[in-house]
Amino acid sequence: MVFFFQNLINALQWGSFYALIALGYSMVYGILMLFNFAHGDIFMVGAYIGFGVATGVTALASLGAIVLPNWLILVLTIIISMFLTSFVGILVERLGYRPLREAPRASAAITGLMIGIILETGNLALLGARRVRFPSLIESTTYNIGGVYVTNKKIMIVGVSLMLMLALHQFVRRSKYGMAMRAMAFDHVVLPLMGVSINTIAAMTFAIGSALAAAAGILFGIAYPVLDPYMGIVFGWKAFVAAILGGRGSILGATLAGFLLGFIEIFVAMIFPSTLRDFIAYSIILLILTFRPHGFFGEPYSARLRL
Amino acid sequence: MLLSVENLRVSYDRIRALHNISFSIDEGEIVCIIGANGAGKSTTLRAVSRLVPVEAGTKMTFMGKDLLEYPADKVVSKLGISHVPEGRRLFGNLTIMENLKLACFARNDRDEIQEDLKRIFMIFPRLEERKAQKAGTLSGGEQQMLAIGRAFMSGRKIMLLDEPSMGLAPLLMLSVFDALKELNQEGTTILLVEQNARMALQFAQRGYVLESGNLVLEGSSKELVDNPEVKNAYLGG
Repeated sequence: MVFFFQNLINALQWGSFYALIALGYSMVYGILMLFNFAHGDIFMVGAYIGFGVATGVTALASLGAIVLPNWLILVLTIIISMFLTSFVGILVERLGYRPLREAPRASAAITGLMIGIILETGNLALLGARRVRFPSLIESTTYNIGGVYVTNKKIMIVGVSLMLMLALHQFVRRSKYGMAMRAMAFDHVVLPLMGVSINTIAAMTFAIGSALAAAAGILFGIAYPVLDPYMGIVFGWKAFVAAILGGRGSILGATLAGFLLGFIEIFVAMIFPSTLRDFIAYSIILLILTFRPHGFFGEPYSARLRL
Repeated sequence: MLLSVENLRVSYDRIRALHNISFSIDEGEIVCIIGANGAGKSTTLRAVSRLVPVEAGTKMTFMGKDLLEYPADKVVSKLGISHVPEGRRLFGNLTIMENLKLACFARNDRDEIQEDLKRIFMIFPRLEERKAQKAGTLSGGEQQMLAIGRAFMSGRKIMLLDEPSMGLAPLLMLSVFDALKELNQEGTTILLVEQNARMALQFAQRGYVLESGNLVLEGSSKELVDNPEVKNAYLGG
């Protein structure tokens, strides 16, 4: 039982990363009918931006220029990095996807792949092949709760992730821009007749998805502090799986599927040798998709979206 | 002149849907364009609201401003041209209230928005009763009411209506046209396209006849109703 709860904690953390990245995939897919295959790499860029911001803020603090408690440095790093990375998303949409909006979908898909490669190799060109170490922004403390070991980092990671997901949910449900996003997912052709600019909503969708990916990147960096330019590829694929499994454009679906992926991976590794982890985990997910081809919350109207 | 369209040409995939059509509307008028299915009626409205690209040589002005300088969303928010599209195209995943609020996306005159909402709910009390319901669950008549209400909220200098009678029972159709007449009396100019020529010519003061992408006739509703060709082709003899 203790063993189970220990793995449950780990699965929650692992699933948080998938869920946060899957949200960006799912929003772009739901609202723009586009697979943004560069999204995994935006997660990577977000982690590196987080690394830069964290290093900068820490350096400033250690110089004595400003006196900041550690938790505030962390909060600042997350907020500033999310803000900066959202512009990477806006740029990707503006330069990569918008010119191809009327082009065949396959062209847009390979655009994503190419942007991904450009981001990876661009990073390589900029920072070189060595891996970088993410600064440890918080002192690690371990709590023993009835035999289950929980670190403050894990609590923070899961907590921040859930907070961001809740904030996104509220934004999409309650705000005027969220309403426009939901409308665009349903029928983008007539949205301009409401006085809404499609370009604005598209840019905003990319910005929000990228900001969430940046948060995932920083949280990942705190848990596993080694970053490399290719860290986003496999992570991106898996989060993409979660997004589709959750159902097109569904925030709840992407979140649940992200956590589910985390759970399946961790619990498969608990029973089988870890070399078999993904082999078995993704066979299970393939099987789930066979029975639910639209994903958990896939909406039947999705097919009639394009005109 | 409120809206003036000259030499409007539109093509889809190199097939010309509209050949060089010209028409105009004065402030306060109700004007209809009648024509058969596929004549280009919807395309005409879509061209005015800038949802489809027009070909070079087209001139469109609205209150003296060049329409071609405005993207589709600004046509609505800056010029006040609203459009009830073919098939209504409500956002079925949003509630009635959300559909109406979304139409005010670019407006920031809070008090007037409230007034306009009240006005719409007065004309269509059914919408207020169901305001928390998803638009996708409405009946055909209710959908048409919401589509008109939504257009009214988005802009009311002129309303472009694409087949408002479609799919409505006769009685419901009459009440929809009554509501439109009310809005017109309050100052909204109306341009509607209709397959139901009889209804349209009863409602409008003036009309145009569109035939495979060309405007072939124009005149007052009375003239058109009495015209033997119109009678034969559109009014069932």
